[in-house]
Amino acid sequence: MAGSAEYTGVDFYDVDGLLSEEERAVRDTVRSWVDEQLMPVIGECYIEGRFPRQLIPGMAELGLFGANLPEEYGCAGLNNVAYGLIMQELERGDSGIRSFASVQGALVMYPIFTFGSDEQKKHWLPRLAAGTDIGCFGLTEPDFGSNPGGMITTARETADGWLLNGVKMWITNGSQATVAIIWAKTGDINDVNSIRGFIVPASTPGYTGKDQKGKLSLRASDTSEIHLQDVHLPKNAILPKSGGIKSPLMCLTQARYGIAWGAVGAAMACYDEARRYAISRIMFGKPIGQTQIQQQRLADMLTEVTKAQLLVLQLGRLKDQGKATPARVSLAKRNNVSAACDIAREARRLLGANGILVEYHSMRHLANLESVYTYEGTHDMHSLILGQEITGLGAF
Amino acid sequence: MKIAVCLRRVPDTTAKIVIAGSGTVIDETGVKFVPNPYDEYAIEAALSLKEKAGGGETVVVALGGDAVQETMRTALAMGIDRGVHLHGTPSPDGLENARVLAEHLRGAGYDVMLFGKFAVDDCGQQTGAMVAELLELPCATAVTKLDIAAGRATVEREVEGGIEQAACALPAVFTCDKGLNNPRLPSLKGIMAAKKKPLEVTPVAPGAGSVTVAALALPPERAAGRIVGEGAAAVPALMQLLTTEAKVI
Repeated sequence: MAGSAEYTGVDFYDVDGLLSEEERAVRDTVRSWVDEQLMPVIGECYIEGRFPRQLIPGMAELGLFGANLPEEYGCAGLNNVAYGLIMQELERGDSGIRSFASVQGALVMYPIFTFGSDEQKKHWLPRLAAGTDIGCFGLTEPDFGSNPGGMITTARETADGWLLNGVKMWITNGSQATVAIIWAKTGDINDVNSIRGFIVPASTPGYTGKDQKGKLSLRASDTSEIHLQDVHLPKNAILPKSGGIKSPLMCLTQARYGIAWGAVGAAMACYDEARRYAISRIMFGKPIGQTQIQQQRLADMLTEVTKAQLLVLQLGRLKDQGKATPARVSLAKRNNVSAACDIAREARRLLGANGILVEYHSMRHLANLESVYTYEGTHDMHSLILGQEITGLGAF
Repeated sequence: MKIAVCLRRVPDTTAKIVIAGSGTVIDETGVKFVPNPYDEYAIEAALSLKEKAGGGETVVVALGGDAVQETMRTALAMGIDRGVHLHGTPSPDGLENARVLAEHLRGAGYDVMLFGKFAVDDCGQQTGAMVAELLELPCATAVTKLDIAAGRATVEREVEGGIEQAACALPAVFTCDKGLNNPRLPSLKGIMAAKKKPLEVTPVAPGAGSVTVAALALPPERAAGRIVGEGAAAVPALMQLLTTEAKVI
């Protein structure tokens, strides 16, 4: 099987030379973990529609959760390029596994770190870093996806705390999470400035998480619906520094940053598989890689992989300088996921009939990437974000 | 318990090797270097012996130029406490390198000195045993099991057709084989911590020795296979070739 030969990455432009020793070491350690722990089980998990839960302790031990947050909370304190490389390598394995780590780090630990009180940070961050608690992020609702400001989930202040009601949908990790970050309106239903974040333990009465069935994408990841029916929370459940729709959007910018890197990993996996197959598959008495049509496919793939690598690396350097604006992140998410979709599709086609089998990885990546293209700001929404950035005119 | 791990930097086993213009060394341009895989068993053994003992010190010792420090930091990232970089150019004569290592290890108070059973680049398989001989210490090579208790070591070695068990007093030298353990990956926190761990640099000058590399050559490319026929009809021809040409039957 072509896809099983040892994976050594893709680096046509000596991008490695732009990385520090620690950044390369982080990348190598995650790449080895993916080879040893994830690749042997991912095909089966995907077919069975099951997240490989047994891998969580190992991921935590390596320090994969919230790796760019400070050491005082049990995190690795990495820079944003090293964090991005983790996402790249995880998604080389599977988008669902990268999604798990993205949610835990960028959508659960980041808001607690950014909007939480000292007590909340001290209580939750080490537990989430250690994987003893699993988090999810409840923003999207059945009728409010691209327009989260329209949400109808409410948080009403009571004498001794808060009362939450609403439904959240498309929530990664929702059914297995032990704690959820729930976004709800504390004021008028039309007031986006009244949106606040809440830390909701999944054991709270009235909270239920249920898996969404029938997915043809991200099958090795849990995607759930969360029902909040008269969920009573203490006063200190609110994230005190959260305020308005801007707060969850800041979280999404973090997650989108990781996705821009992750897409590079999926694209590298597909290109690598296609290249190996093209060289070894004999048809008409010669390798299919000796035909112009496959060479053009491979040339296009390598070009797009290389461009995507350089894009995220510079974005990471900007993020470390505090200059990764939401629009810059949008550009990278939009470009890299779209490129990865194209690369995965062309890789699958190059693989011929074999390409539809789970033993090969390109079709799994292709199916996954359709979700990645759609979540965390659809490709089209990122077009509008960039359009607004360019013209100063909002077209939402 | 004080444990030394002697580490070699070798090209990644997946690296494409190109011989340099001189014809006696490889061209290191663009080649990724890693800790010798057998040395990783030695690192893991040192870490687990220390963890089991509930204390002690682990030290990684490496001979080489500046570049060897990155490889040493992999060992530090895995959990080794500190490093000693013997800065100098290794000799093609293993005995000269063993002399330099023995010189450092002598009198440094190590109870256990660990090596990989050989380095995967030159497969010399000499250094560990030579160091033991120079230090006049017991040595067990290619161990697949290593237990320490009450100042004694018991080891197992895979020998032809069975397992050999041996025991010796400490201090002693062991070279480590596949099967001894399952080396851990460096954690992200370990990678960050490695930068801050002490790494002492001592200049050394291995002697020229009596071995020189005359020439390096890549192995010949494997010849293309031959199809002798298809289905049952091809069996007699295949049997004949396996008997007379390949001589495997």
